[in-house]
Amino acid sequence: MVKAEIRQQLDELLSSYNRDGSNLIPILQEIQERNGYLPEEAMRKVAQFLKLPESAVYGVSTFYAQFKLVPSGRKIVRVCRGTACYVRGGVRILREVEKHLGIRAEETTTDLEYTLETIACFGSCALAPVVVIDKTVHGRMTPAKVKQILADARNGDEAKS
Amino acid sequence: MTSKNEGNGEFTLDIVKLTINGQEITADKGMTVLEAAQSTGIYIPKLCYDPDLKPYGACRLCVVEIENIRGLPTACTTPVSDGMVVHTETPVVSEVRRTAVQLLMTDHPCDCLICHRREQCQPFDICLRSVAVTDRCVTCPKNGQCELQEVIDYLGITELPFSRTTRSFPVDTSNPFFNLDRNKCILCGRCVRTCNEITGVGAIDFAFRGYSSRVSTFGDKPLVDSTCQSCGECVVHCPVAALMPKDTTQPVREVATTCPYCGVGCQIYLGTRDNRVVTVRGNKDKPPNNGHLCVKGRFGITGFIHHPERLTTPLIKKNGELTQATWDEALGLIAGRLDKYDGDEVGVIASAKCTNEENYIIQKFARVVLGTNNIDHSARLCDSSTLAGLGQSFGSGAMTNPINEIRNARGILAIGTNTTEAHPIIGLEVKRAVRSGAKLIVANPREIDLVRFAEIWLRQRPGTDVALLMGMMRVIVDEGLLDPTFISERCENFDAFKASLNSFGLDRVERITGVPRDLITDAARVYASSKPATILYGSGITQHCHGTDNVIATANLAMLTGNVGKPSTGVNPLRGQNNAQGACDLGALPDVYPGAQSVTDPGTRQRFEAAWECPLPSSPGLTLTEMLDSASEEKLKAIYLVGENPVMSNPDIKHTRKALERLEFLVVQDIFLTETARLADVVLPGATFAEKDGTSTNTERRVQRVRKAIEPTGNSRPDWWITCALGQQMKGKGFDFEHPSQIMDEIASLTPDYGGISFERLENGGLQLPCPTPDHPGTPTLHTSAFTRGKGQFIPLDYKPPAELPDDNYPLILTTGRSLYHFNTGTLTGKVTGLNALQDKELVKINPGDARALGIDDNDMVKVISRRGEVMARAEVSETSPAGVIFMTFHLAESPTNMLTSPALDPVARIPELKLCAVRVERVPPGV
Repeated sequence: MVKAEIRQQLDELLSSYNRDGSNLIPILQEIQERNGYLPEEAMRKVAQFLKLPESAVYGVSTFYAQFKLVPSGRKIVRVCRGTACYVRGGVRILREVEKHLGIRAEETTTDLEYTLETIACFGSCALAPVVVIDKTVHGRMTPAKVKQILADARNGDEAKS
Repeated sequence: MTSKNEGNGEFTLDIVKLTINGQEITADKGMTVLEAAQSTGIYIPKLCYDPDLKPYGACRLCVVEIENIRGLPTACTTPVSDGMVVHTETPVVSEVRRTAVQLLMTDHPCDCLICHRREQCQPFDICLRSVAVTDRCVTCPKNGQCELQEVIDYLGITELPFSRTTRSFPVDTSNPFFNLDRNKCILCGRCVRTCNEITGVGAIDFAFRGYSSRVSTFGDKPLVDSTCQSCGECVVHCPVAALMPKDTTQPVREVATTCPYCGVGCQIYLGTRDNRVVTVRGNKDKPPNNGHLCVKGRFGITGFIHHPERLTTPLIKKNGELTQATWDEALGLIAGRLDKYDGDEVGVIASAKCTNEENYIIQKFARVVLGTNNIDHSARLCDSSTLAGLGQSFGSGAMTNPINEIRNARGILAIGTNTTEAHPIIGLEVKRAVRSGAKLIVANPREIDLVRFAEIWLRQRPGTDVALLMGMMRVIVDEGLLDPTFISERCENFDAFKASLNSFGLDRVERITGVPRDLITDAARVYASSKPATILYGSGITQHCHGTDNVIATANLAMLTGNVGKPSTGVNPLRGQNNAQGACDLGALPDVYPGAQSVTDPGTRQRFEAAWECPLPSSPGLTLTEMLDSASEEKLKAIYLVGENPVMSNPDIKHTRKALERLEFLVVQDIFLTETARLADVVLPGATFAEKDGTSTNTERRVQRVRKAIEPTGNSRPDWWITCALGQQMKGKGFDFEHPSQIMDEIASLTPDYGGISFERLENGGLQLPCPTPDHPGTPTLHTSAFTRGKGQFIPLDYKPPAELPDDNYPLILTTGRSLYHFNTGTLTGKVTGLNALQDKELVKINPGDARALGIDDNDMVKVISRRGEVMARAEVSETSPAGVIFMTFHLAESPTNMLTSPALDPVARIPELKLCAVRVERVPPGV
């Protein structure tokens, strides 16, 4: 079913491009934007469309950090590893989040709820250590606080649904 | 490196003078600095450079200083120019090279590379530096041939100033023939570029970034799950041990010979050790393959030569059991039995897998000793319509142009050929042409691999090729795209042919073929306007009950546009077997002697009677299919069969088997106990191509040497020896040959086209036929100034539907073909473990729509039923099959596809319609 949806979406998307290899990155960007990642089926289709080897499309997709090969979670949790946060125990915060979500940095939970990323500096050093969930910044984190925030976020969701 | 234009003595301007390290040298314009340096023996270190590939400039080892050029240009990417002054060894250059290599070494297992004991250390010595065994050069199979070692030696690097990093990729051992160990990879990209530039497969590319960069398949999957075709070309081009064959036994001696599989006739070296063939590599210096090989040629040879099931002794059937016998017993028995029969009661089946000398001897045996023209071979099943069709149109039935001219064609029509699977090396030529701008038209009901490279894909219904080609020709005539000069000067019968185009209006053609008329028009325009244009066809054209008409249609099309007799043009039938051409040339046919000389012509017959010193039968004999019919009517009583397996390869094999069982006496000579050999009264063990001398003639008419590399296994004997022994036993004259070269001398004296062929001349490479005299250089292109028959003959054609059309009971069309991994009846490839690992079962390729309607899923067991029999196999739901058509190969004994196929014959060539029959498909519930 998912495959059929992707196929339909791609037919529409590809119809606005010509079969020139230089269109590879714009096409991948559009697919990434619409789906949040590059489904394998889509990469194959693009290769076919542009008459490129599948491996070449894969090479480009894995080279650029902007492309994701697995779907991201509905919530993105970013833990800062910048200098200020590091000094104030950012690593301990990261370990706590990893423990709580059961995933490592740069991974996504199997229920597609959370993706855990790390960032080099968020620019809120005064609030270090910092955790950002979607667009909300949580400053002066401790392992206990971050655990609470994640629990609240989940409960909030459940309350809504 | 020629500096003169031939004839006028003028110097060309293509030469430049430059100075390298103070030495003044000349080089061809267009050469790179690296090539120019190498041509004068100046060494420049390099890792990513490969003469077979385009310059890449990635490893930075070939950097040089060039006066008046800023920085350090890479010699491999910089073209030479007049007056250039190059320094390849300066302190700056040296420092840059050392740093580049040292950086490479940081994550290559390199301890041995810079160890002072390297020369003394043996694989099992204990390493004082505690280097892991897997990381040691002395245990690495590439030790001594590693280009990284060579470069480090040259630069004299003895220490590593950077800290080591270790990669720990699991080794990809999924491919049955070679491993990919990314821990040893230096990311030079030679494998990636080989897979793109040479093979056009593109199974691998660089993926990820920075330290994670690696050679990867799509989705980072194991090689065997990628589009990799296992040709091993990447292994040949890898400078280090990242890509290595699984079997790394080193040969002691190498023998140049010819690959025994398809009609391309690739030139190979067999490496031997202790009377075993241990390696196979392509011969870089010789056409047609110039070093390239497919998976069967590179990895599929040693497996069958040394297979434990090889026949090693003659077998005689006693009380229904084949029991071991001596040669004297077996030959005595055969001679006694065959002596009893009249000429019209015996038949002989020769082999397109045997050498020229053997086919000559076998047909001579049939005609001289048995007194019959009942001699044929399996080219009847694949190529006979080519002989009949091109014979009428041009005067000779063979590829008109050499294989390595395809690369220079501007237009290619590939019709009825799955070139990349059935003739992989010709597939490389086609892809190479497309890369340099040729327009490819693929006409095929199936979405074959070449479609990826095609400008136009015509998906005609199976069996409608005449209509499709006539439609294209109608467009060419209507739009005035023809070549009137060529037609009027070189051809005849054009007006009658032109009149026959009238009934091929595009509406009708579209109705018959299912191809939209606009696409037919486009294809016609592209073919007619891209010159030179070449036509390639395979069994998709020939194996029809109107195969001769199909062939004639391709000839008409080529003549219409003047695409005959010039380089990179022509009509090029791709023959399936290594020596189909030779077996036909040397008279293993019922109606002609060697050299296509008719048995019914009294003058010719007298000449052969004089040469062979005996009377010869005057009427044509039975064809392969007719012999079996005659056997089932018990008119034909005995068959002597060499190197063929009709119980698998013939259409309607139930009938074939029954016919063979009705025989009073069947002798089968083969290297394995084939399905056919099991039915025999006497089985004679033949030797493989690696165990005998001879010649074979490939699809482009090139006669090439087959050379003995090892002694025959057990008590097996070369086929020429066996047939000669049998001839002598039966008191035949002229069978006392001691070596195949003597047989070739006799062939040359009786066969005009082979008149100039001798073993001595073939020592330095093949010769293309016709080669009538000892000083003739051979004929690369046919019909250059006149057609073999004088004028090219246009022949009017009608569309005839296939013999069997789908109906309510048998609603689908079955079309058959080849797989890359197997060959013909699987007698050879089925013995190769690795090839079986890549494909071990028959797959019924069925369109998703048809599959849905029948409730069939991928990998379901299905039963395919035709009017003649039924076969079980797994389904593969695939869009490569058009709606209403299923596809199967005929390689695997467990699913003998030819149970199903139709024996309907072409009226001229007597070729059966193997390409098409009506079937129905049923799902077999699991557990049944």
